[in-house]
Amino acid sequence: MDVKENIAPLQKENTSEEIVVRIQDLYKSFGDNKVLNGFNMVLRKGENLVVMGKSGSGKSVMIKCLVGLMVPDSGIVEVLGEDIARLNQVDLDELRSDIGFLFQGSALYDSMTVRENLEFPMRRHRKKFEGVTDTLPLVQEALENVGLAHTMDLMPEELSGGMKRRIALARAIILKPKLILYDEPTSGLDPITAKEIIGLMRSIQKKYGTSALIITHDVDCARVISERMILLVDGINYAEGTYEELVASSDPKINAFFKK
Amino acid sequence: MAMALEMIKKTKEFFIEIGDLSYFALRFFKQAATPPFEFKELLKQSYQVGNRSLLLVATTGFIIGLVLTLQTRPTLIEFGAVSWMPNMVGISIVREVGPVITALICSGKIASGFGAELGSMRVTEQIDAMEVSGTNPFKYLVVTRILAATLMLPLLVVFGDLIALFGSSLVEFMKGNVSFRLYFNTVFDALSYGDLIPATIKSFFFGFVIGLTGCYKGYKTGRGTAGVGIAANTAVVMASLLLFVVDFIAVFVSDIFYEL
Repeated sequence: MDVKENIAPLQKENTSEEIVVRIQDLYKSFGDNKVLNGFNMVLRKGENLVVMGKSGSGKSVMIKCLVGLMVPDSGIVEVLGEDIARLNQVDLDELRSDIGFLFQGSALYDSMTVRENLEFPMRRHRKKFEGVTDTLPLVQEALENVGLAHTMDLMPEELSGGMKRRIALARAIILKPKLILYDEPTSGLDPITAKEIIGLMRSIQKKYGTSALIITHDVDCARVISERMILLVDGINYAEGTYEELVASSDPKINAFFKK
Repeated sequence: MAMALEMIKKTKEFFIEIGDLSYFALRFFKQAATPPFEFKELLKQSYQVGNRSLLLVATTGFIIGLVLTLQTRPTLIEFGAVSWMPNMVGISIVREVGPVITALICSGKIASGFGAELGSMRVTEQIDAMEVSGTNPFKYLVVTRILAATLMLPLLVVFGDLIALFGSSLVEFMKGNVSFRLYFNTVFDALSYGDLIPATIKSFFFGFVIGLTGCYKGYKTGRGTAGVGIAANTAVVMASLLLFVVDFIAVFVSDIFYEL
């Protein structure tokens, strides 16, 4: 069963123009390889923005610059009103508590149980949970959101790829972030599991009112989840618009993304 | 010409590696001295480092004690000095053989373990996930492991020494009819603080070198699964080489103190 036949595109409910992420003239190169070449982007509150690009086009580099995992050569990166480059480590960590990150390979900690994986982000952000003495209900809630409440005491090695991705999603939302970054959320998953993950992404956004930046090369995922899309080509935002607008384009570089 | 260029390149790479390792060590001291301190993880790592190497150290120590005594015995009998056996074996094991053999065994076990574990965490983005969740991965993963190795190695050396002496006493009991009590009394009479203190201090440095190289290679692993294997392998090679360098310096320095 195909994803696109079952899930209607998400309707934009929040019309607020408050900017959650602003990237301006972002440059990043590795030696002679210029990966980002003046990339610009704005993500508004409650919006689902998909950034599409070929493998190696700099999508992951861009998303890592957003959370301070990489330092850009130049450019401005503002997240939730804070300029990442100007933040000290303490403030950056504070800001990160408002950002959920779903890694491409799930990135669950191998040596910890599912429960410990989910509790791990809470250990540094006690302020957010003032008055909370028992973390179990929070872990349970996050796991129930992804339909895996029974896996609490399992180790990551006992989980399937799809389950790991769902647990990683639960970990990304445990701090109740304002912004969730998805790095290739459906890559390496079968179509049915990919559909489940997309469904969960939508339900989480609906429940918590988060903004989401999704980087992917999965056209079906982009079509279903995106309200707006940016095509990242040669390190710049080559094209921008809704899925329908981009599909209708006659530009060969844009068409290359949607060709079956 | 090509060979000369290759040599220059290798020399340059060697010094860059030394510089990187030194910077890594400095970063360790800085992070180890600043809060928050990860006591729980330190305890966990100390237990794992000790527990992981205990059987290996015991087996090696026992065999070294047996072999050293069996091979020395005929020569000492020839010179009529077999009664010196406990003194000779005791001093050589405590001052040199015990610490070096234990450290070499541990470099194979601990340094490769750290290299592979952290390398795998790097490749699967677990270290990035930790950073995004607001935890300093260097402090949580590297500082705790280096400290655990530094603190545990002297204990393992003492344990290995005792097992080696037991192996040696077993040979003396079976071949020379020397009681265990007499053997150990003679050994402890022969040992002075001048034998014990430098060996113990040296063991701390051995542990530090093993932890440092293992973590350095693992933490700096290149992308890809091949990088994990390379990290584990080069960690052992580098740790073993550095152990001999540290041993030479330790012997040199303790000799200066003896002369004073």
